Amino acid sequence: MNNPDIKHDQIKDDRVYFFDKPRNVKILMQVFYALCALLVVLYFVINRYTYHPWENLWAFYPIYGFVGCVVLVVIAKWMRTFLMRDEDYYDKVEERRLQEISPARSHEEDHHVGH
Amino acid sequence: MWAIELPPFVPFFIAALFAAVTRGRVRSIILLLAPVLGGLHPLTMPEGIYWQTTLLGYELTPYRVDGLSLIFGYAFHIAAFIATLYALHVKDNVQQVAAPLYAGSAMGAVFAGDLLTLFVFWELLALTSVFLIWARRTSRSYFAGIRYLIIQVLSGVILLIGLLFHAADTGSLAFGAIGTGSIGGWLIFLAFGIKCAFPFLHTWLTDAYPEATPTGTVFLSAFTTKVAVYVLARAYPGTEMLVYIGAAMACFPIFFAVIENDLRRVLAYSLINQVGFRVVGIGIGTALSINGAVSHAFNDIIFKGLLFMTMGAVLHMTGRINGSDLGGLYKTMPRTTLFCIVGAASISAFPLFSGFVSKSMVMSAAIEEGYDWIWLMLLFSAAGVFHHAGIKIPYFAFFAHDSGIRVSDPPINMQLAMFIAAALCVTIGVYPSMLYSLLPYDTGYNPYDATHILAQTQLLFFSALAFVWLNLRNMYPPELRSTNLDVDWVYRRLCPGIIQSAVARLAVIGEMNNALVHKIGALSPTLARQFGPDGALSSTHPVGSMVKWVIILLAIYLILSFI
Repeated sequence: MNNPDIKHDQIKDDRVYFFDKPRNVKILMQVFYALCALLVVLYFVINRYTYHPWENLWAFYPIYGFVGCVVLVVIAKWMRTFLMRDEDYYDKVEERRLQEISPARSHEEDHHVGH
Repeated sequence: MWAIELPPFVPFFIAALFAAVTRGRVRSIILLLAPVLGGLHPLTMPEGIYWQTTLLGYELTPYRVDGLSLIFGYAFHIAAFIATLYALHVKDNVQQVAAPLYAGSAMGAVFAGDLLTLFVFWELLALTSVFLIWARRTSRSYFAGIRYLIIQVLSGVILLIGLLFHAADTGSLAFGAIGTGSIGGWLIFLAFGIKCAFPFLHTWLTDAYPEATPTGTVFLSAFTTKVAVYVLARAYPGTEMLVYIGAAMACFPIFFAVIENDLRRVLAYSLINQVGFRVVGIGIGTALSINGAVSHAFNDIIFKGLLFMTMGAVLHMTGRINGSDLGGLYKTMPRTTLFCIVGAASISAFPLFSGFVSKSMVMSAAIEEGYDWIWLMLLFSAAGVFHHAGIKIPYFAFFAHDSGIRVSDPPINMQLAMFIAAALCVTIGVYPSMLYSLLPYDTGYNPYDATHILAQTQLLFFSALAFVWLNLRNMYPPELRSTNLDVDWVYRRLCPGIIQSAVARLAVIGEMNNALVHKIGALSPTLARQFGPDGALSSTHPVGSMVKWVIILLAIYLILSFI
C-alpha cells in the first residue's frame, strides 16, 4: 500500500555516517563480545548470594537469556506460518463497508496521516 | 483555601473548556497550566476524604486521597504535562480538547472513593479517548475507534451491573477491597480485566493504539491501562488467579511483538507485557510485590510514554511507522535516537535506568512467595522485552539498513517532552529512593546489590547476543509488510462471516418457501383460493369488525346467562 502523502524524503546524501564504516561496526561488536565474556568471568569473581537453587547452576542467567531469546524468535517465526496475512487483509472489507456508509469519501482523505 | 479542595480532575476539565475557544500561544499556556496547577495540589494534600455526598441513600465519595491514589495521581500529572508539551504543536481542536478531558477522567478515576463515581469516570475515559483515535482521520482509525469504543463501553456496562450486585450484597458503594467472592465481585473483576487487557480481552489495545494520532497514542499509553492497574491493586490485591493471568500477559505478547511490522503496534504488545508484571505483583499481594506493581506502573507511564513519543516523532517526520520502511534514521535524527535508546534501556531494566528499580521487586516477591515457574516466566519475558522493545524498536527505526529517508529531529516541543521523560528515566534509575518514598509500603528494598546487577546485566547482554547471533545467521525474521491475526480476528472476520453466511442461508430458505407456496397453489386451486394472498381466510380484518364480533359474542353470553 503506497501512501500518497508521505512527506518528501528520498534526498541524495553522499555523507558517510558513523555506522557506514564497517570498521566502526566491527569495533562495536568486538567491545560487545568482550563485555559478554567479562560478565561471565565476573560470575566467578563476585561473591554472590542467591535466593533460588536454580541461580547456582553454571552461568544460569547468560544461558537462560540466550536460549530464551532464540526459542522466542524460533517460535515467533513459526507463528508467522499460520498467523500472517496480507497487509490489507482487514482493510479490503472495511474499505468496502466505508464506501457503503459514506460513498462520497475520497481515497486521499482515507490515507491522510494525522498530525 | 477552597481551591485546594477541588478534585484534581477539575483543572483539566476547565482547561479543556478554554482550549475549545482559544488558539495559539494562549491555548498552549492554558493546556500546560492544567497539569502544573493540578499537580501542585496533590503535593499539598494530606490523606483523607475531601468530598462526600449522599445519593438515593448511598454514601458517595467522589474525592478521596490515600497513598495508593496519590502515587498514581503524581504519575498522571507528570504524564499529562509531558504529553501535553509533546502535543503542543497540534492545531487540531478535537485532539486539544479531548486530551485534557481524557487526562482529567483518569484523575477522577484514581481519586474516586466509591464505585459509582468510578463508573462515571470509567466511561468518560472511553468516550474522551476515542477522539484521539478518530482524530487520525483514516478509515482504519475510524473502524478501530468504533471497535475500541464498543469494548470500552461494554467494560463500563459490566462494571455497572457488577456494582449494582455488589451494592445489593453489601449495602455500600465504597470502593475498597472487593475480592472474587460474589457475582458482583466477578463482574467487576471482568470489567477491570477488559481495561487491563487480560489475555483474549487485549485486542482493543493492540488494535486501536497504533491507529491513533502520533501524539494521541502518547496520551492513550499513559492512562487507560494504568487506571486499570490502580483499580486492580485496590480491589483485588492477593487474588491468586492474577498471578497466572499476569504471567500469561507478560509472555504471550512478546511473540507477537517479534513478528509485528508496525513499530507502534510492537510497543502496544510490549505495553501488555509490562502490565503483566504489575498484574503478577498485585496477585502475589505482599507489601513488596504491591510496591513493585505500583512503582512499575509509575515508571512505565514515563518510559513507555517516551518510547511512544520517539515513534510518534518518527511517524510525524517521515509519515511512516512500519519497520520495513524505516532504518538509518540515526543519521539525521540523532536526538530522537538517543531518547529512544534511553527509553529502550529503561523498559529493558538496565541498571541505572528506571525499569531496573521497579521490575525486580515483582521478581523478588515471586521467588520469596515460592512461585518458581512464574519467576521463570517473568525472567523469560524480561529477556524478551529487551529483545523486542529494547533492541528491535531502536534497531529497525534508527539503524538496520539505510532506508534513504533523511528527516530532521522533530519540533522543539516534542524534543523537550522527550528530554524531560528521558531525564526522569535516568534520575529515577540513579536515585530510586525518590520513587520509593512515594510508595504505599515501606519495605527497605535496595535494587543495587552486586548479585542483582550482575544477574540482570548477564541476562540482557546474552539476549542481545542472541539477537546478534540470529541476525548474523540470517535466522532473524525480517520485517514484512503483513497483518498478523490475533484474537480480534474472531470479531473482525469470523463472527461477521458467520452472520453473513447465516443471512445468506436464510435468504435461500425464504426463496424455497416462496417456491413451495407456488407449488401448493398449483396442486390445489381450492386451497389456494381460500389461503392465498387474496383468499378469504388469509385476509386481514379491520379493528372495527373485530370489536363488532366481540360485542356480538359477549351479547350471546349475556343472553345465554339468562336462560
